Amino acid sequence: MSTDGQGSSHWFDDEAGPVVRPYAMTRGRTTSAVQHRLDLIAVVVAEPHADDAEADPSLSPEHVDIAALCLDAPQSVAELAAELNLPIGVVRVLVGDLVDAQFVHVNRPVPPAELPDESILRDVINGLRAL
Amino acid sequence: MIFGRSERGKPPVEPVTLKILVAGGFGVGKTTLVAAVSEIKPLRTEEYLTEAGRPVDDTTGVEGKNTTTVAMDFGRITLREDLVLYLFGTPGQERFWFMWDELSEGALGAVVLADTRRLEDCFAAVDYFERRSIPFLIAVNCFEGAARYPEADVRGALDLDDDVPVILCDARDRRSVRDVLVGVVQHAMDYGAERRETVTT
Repeated sequence: MSTDGQGSSHWFDDEAGPVVRPYAMTRGRTTSAVQHRLDLIAVVVAEPHADDAEADPSLSPEHVDIAALCLDAPQSVAELAAELNLPIGVVRVLVGDLVDAQFVHVNRPVPPAELPDESILRDVINGLRAL
Repeated sequence: MIFGRSERGKPPVEPVTLKILVAGGFGVGKTTLVAAVSEIKPLRTEEYLTEAGRPVDDTTGVEGKNTTTVAMDFGRITLREDLVLYLFGTPGQERFWFMWDELSEGALGAVVLADTRRLEDCFAAVDYFERRSIPFLIAVNCFEGAARYPEADVRGALDLDDDVPVILCDARDRRSVRDVLVGVVQHAMDYGAERRETVTT
């Protein structure tokens, strides 16, 4: 696994997965009580006081990381998972906790069939052409 | 804290997000296509599987490893501050198809990337989108050294409906991929208009 000699004493490697099992961070929960399953492109938006999450003893470091990323800019669920290297399922539960604690809110994506008119799709085409 | 902050009191822009799926057989160039237009290096998310993979995954010798991962690559194109398009490459292996349902829910449309040397690899994806009425087009990735076939031949071999566009593309080329995406959105618009017509008449 390691060619630099640094990790040779480790008995585990990347293939073993994270040493802390991911759902330990959610205290074993795989779904969030209040949440409808969050879409991968649902956008998590921080409330202005989201940085208080750090001082909340009921929240884990991963909760605080999510709040901090969202304070920087609104983030999709998929981006949070990739950025924090956490499974999507774990991110969903953690975001649910933050919604409960009112540190963030979630904007669900509008399904294309429910778009009010075609103008958004035209904007998408124009935006793509300008690339 | 290491993160920059948006100014206090100034609400952040909450973008409208849309997604397009990129499907096709293993090694057909899905990640390449996403990378060609994404403003971020394609990111990878992993979902842990436990039960779903059990009957198929041979874990002999690694009994301690009771999870396997399914990865999907995705990219992002910020079209406007308040309009963001995500591209999701679908996991290639058929046993991860349960992930497709989640990915395809609410998708604007899909690109089925095809390699004319292994056209059968995209049959499953074509079936999937047809059954779920998700607008899709076929993008034939023109690999160097692969014979070029006329669009009609590809259409015939895949038994496509007449309204499904077939586009030749180079998944490495930004402009080419951009044209494919414009094609998908255009097709989704036509498709939506047609459906509304059927509903009202």
